Amino acid sequence: MKRRLIPALAIVAMVASTAACGGSSGSNGSAGGSGSGSTTLTYWASNQGSSIDVDKKVLGPELKKFEKQTGIKVNLQVIGWPDLLNKILAATSSGKGPDVLNIGNTWAPSLQATGAFLPFDSSALKAIGGKSKFVPASFATGGAAGKDPTSVPLYSLVYGLYYNKKMFADAGLKPPTTWEELQSDAKKLTDPSKGVYGMAMEGGSYTESVHFAFIFGQQQGADPFDSSGKADFTSPGMVAGVKQYVDLMSNKVVNPSSVQYKNGPEAPGDFAKGKAAMLMSQNNADNTLVADGMKTSDYGVVAIPAPSGKKDTASFVAGINMSIFKNTKNKDAALKFVKFMTSPAEQKILDVPFAALPVNAGATPNFTKNAAEAKTFQGILAQRAVPLPLVANESQFETNVGNAVNQLIAQAATGKAPTDSDIKAALQQAQDKMASAG
Amino acid sequence: MTSNSTLDRTDGRRGAARRGLPGHAKPGRARGTSHRLAPYLLIAPAIILELLIHIVPMVVGVWMSFVGLTQAYIANWSTAPWEGLSSYKLALDFSSPIGNSFLHSFEVTCLYTILVVGISWTLGMSAALVLHRNFRGRGLFRTLFLVPYAMPIYAGIMTWSFMLQRDNGLVNHVLKSLGLTNGDSFWLIGSNAFWSMVVVAVWRSWPFAFLMLLAGLQNIPDDVYDAASVDGAGIWKQIRHITLPALRPVNLVMVLMLFLWTFNDFNTPFVLFGAQPPKSADIISIHIYGASFVNWDFGFGSAMSVLLLVFLLVVTGIYLLVFNRRSRRA
Repeated sequence: MKRRLIPALAIVAMVASTAACGGSSGSNGSAGGSGSGSTTLTYWASNQGSSIDVDKKVLGPELKKFEKQTGIKVNLQVIGWPDLLNKILAATSSGKGPDVLNIGNTWAPSLQATGAFLPFDSSALKAIGGKSKFVPASFATGGAAGKDPTSVPLYSLVYGLYYNKKMFADAGLKPPTTWEELQSDAKKLTDPSKGVYGMAMEGGSYTESVHFAFIFGQQQGADPFDSSGKADFTSPGMVAGVKQYVDLMSNKVVNPSSVQYKNGPEAPGDFAKGKAAMLMSQNNADNTLVADGMKTSDYGVVAIPAPSGKKDTASFVAGINMSIFKNTKNKDAALKFVKFMTSPAEQKILDVPFAALPVNAGATPNFTKNAAEAKTFQGILAQRAVPLPLVANESQFETNVGNAVNQLIAQAATGKAPTDSDIKAALQQAQDKMASAG
Repeated sequence: MTSNSTLDRTDGRRGAARRGLPGHAKPGRARGTSHRLAPYLLIAPAIILELLIHIVPMVVGVWMSFVGLTQAYIANWSTAPWEGLSSYKLALDFSSPIGNSFLHSFEVTCLYTILVVGISWTLGMSAALVLHRNFRGRGLFRTLFLVPYAMPIYAGIMTWSFMLQRDNGLVNHVLKSLGLTNGDSFWLIGSNAFWSMVVVAVWRSWPFAFLMLLAGLQNIPDDVYDAASVDGAGIWKQIRHITLPALRPVNLVMVLMLFLWTFNDFNTPFVLFGAQPPKSADIISIHIYGASFVNWDFGFGSAMSVLLLVFLLVVTGIYLLVFNRRSRRA
C-alpha cells in the first residue's frame, strides 16, 4: 500500500504545483541603488529606433554626458514593446523595478492607478523644469484628469498617411482628402498579380488595431467610454469606426498576409519596397523607411482623412512618457535625469534618431529634413489629435478591443467579410472581458 | 578461539554501552542522534526549495483567488479586498459571456490534450517497435527522432511559426509543390490555428513517448517473443499479448505525464500566437494568462487556476485508482 502511495503523492504534488503556477506572480527587474560613493540609476528605455542596439548607441553618449554633468551613473536597459508592459507590471507587483522608465503614454492612467509611480506634484514638476516647458496636449497624457500626473512626455508622435509619390503620380492620383477618396485610390493602386496593394497594414498588431478603432470611432462621433468612465464599445459609431478599418482588408486593398504582421518592420517595409502605395503610421516610421532604402523625398505625408461630413480627427496624441518608481531610493537623482532627458537641448538630439516631435512648447520639429512632412505632423498634433481615454482601465481597452479587431481582420483575410453584427458581437465580448476586471 | 575472542569484544562493547560506562556511552549517543537526523538533513534542502518554489506560490495563488487583486492593488497585495467566492461564481456561470468563454477554453483544451496525447503515444509506440529491432542505421534514426525533445522548446516552436507563415512559410510551399493546396492557406489564424498548435505539440511531445516506450521494450526478454513465435503468434498477436501488457507500468506513468504537460501547455500557443491566441486555440493556460496579465485581474485568473488544479487532481486521482486496481487484479 505504502509503495503505491508514495508515487501517487509525488504525482499529486506535481499536478498541484504545475496547475497553481498560474496564480503566482513573477518578479523582475532590479532596484537601482547607490554605488560606492556615487549614485547609479536604473533606466528602462522603450525601443524607439529600428533596433535595440540602435537605441543603445543613441542613448549611450547622452547618458555619459549626464554622468559627466551630475556624477550620476545610469544603467540602461532597452526593452522591446511586446515585453515592456508585462515587465512594468511584474516590477509593480514585486516592488523591484528600475528608478526611471519609459511608458507608452496611453498606459499612463492605468499605471497611475497601481499607485506604484511617483506623482509629479508641484515640487517634483519644479525640479524637472516646470509644467510650462511641455506642449500642453502631450502633457495632458501624463495621467487621469484632475490628478497629479505620474508621467511626463518624452517623445511625441502622431499618425499620418504616408503615400508613395511615384506610385500616385504614375496612376494620375493626388493624395486623398476624404476616406472615400482613399478607398477608391487604394483600389486603383492594388494589383495582386504583381503583389502590389493600395495600403500597408499591421493586421496582427493589437496596438495598431485599437488605435485605428479609436481614431475612426472618433471620426464617427463615438467615444469608447461614457462620461462616468464606463465602457461603451458597441455604440453604432464604434461599430462603424471598426468597420472602416476592417473594410480595408474586406475590400482586398491590403495584402491578406499582413494579417500576421505585428509590431515590427513588415508594414513599413512593404511600403518602402513599393509593395504598398499607402501606409498609416506614426511619424517614427521614418526610421524604418529610411533603413529600408527609401528617401524622405520619395514619400509625402497628409493627415488620415475622415469620411465626408464626419469629424476630421486624424490621430490620437501618441508618444512615450517618462515615469519614476515611487519606491526609488534615488528620487532626486531620478528627477534630475527626467529634467535632463526632457530638456530642449536633449530633445533636439534625441528627436532626430527616434523621429519624434518635440515635447517642449514652442520647439521646432527637427526629426526630418522634409519641411513639408514636419509641418504636416506638427499640424496634426496641434489641431487634429485627441488623447486616448484617460481612464484607469485604458490598457485593458487597448488589449481587448485591439485583439477583437485583430480577429475581425483575420476573418476578413480568410474571405468572410465581417458584418456590422459580427463587429458588434466582437466588441461586446471585449467589453464583457473588461467587466470581469471590474 | 579467534571467533570467540571477537564475539567477546563485541559483547563487551555492547555491554559497556548498555551500562552507560564513561568513554563509551557518549560517542554512541552522538552517533545515534546523527543517524536519526541524517535523513532529515539530507531531505531538508529539497523540502525548503519545494516549499519556496511550489507550495508557497500555490498557497498564495489560492489566497489570490478569494481577493479582488486588480491593478489598483498590485503594488500592495495585502490591501486587496476580500471577495470570497465571487471569482469562482463568475468562472462557473456558463450562461454569462465570461463563464462561457472559460467553458469554451476548457473544451478546446480537452480536445487538444486528447489529440496530442493520443497521436504522440501512437507515433512513439510505432517508432519504438520499429527501432527496437536490430537493423543497420538504427542509431541514426534513434538520434534523429530525439532531436525535437533535445531542442530548446522556444527555438523549436519559433521555427514552426516561421514555417507556418502564409507567404514564405515552408508548409505552404511544400503543400503547393505537392499540389495539395494553392499555397495561400493561413495556418496561424482562424480554425487552422488549432490544428497547427496540435501538430507542433505532437512534434514536441512524441519523442518523449518514444524514449520511454523504447526503454520499456528493452526490459522485455527476447525469449518470450521466441516462444510466442514457436507457438505461431504473429506480430500483431505478439504486440497485443506480450508487448502491451509488459509496457503497462511504463504507459501508466507516461500517459499521465503527457496528459498533465499537455493540459497545462503554455509555451506552444504563446510562442505561436502571442498573448491572445485565435479563439480556436484559446487553451486554458493562456486563457488564464489573458485574465491575469492582459486584463490585470489576478484574482479571477487565480480562481480559474484553482479550478484547473481541482480538475487535474480529480482526474489524476481517478486515473490512478482505476489503473492501480486493474494492475492489482492482473
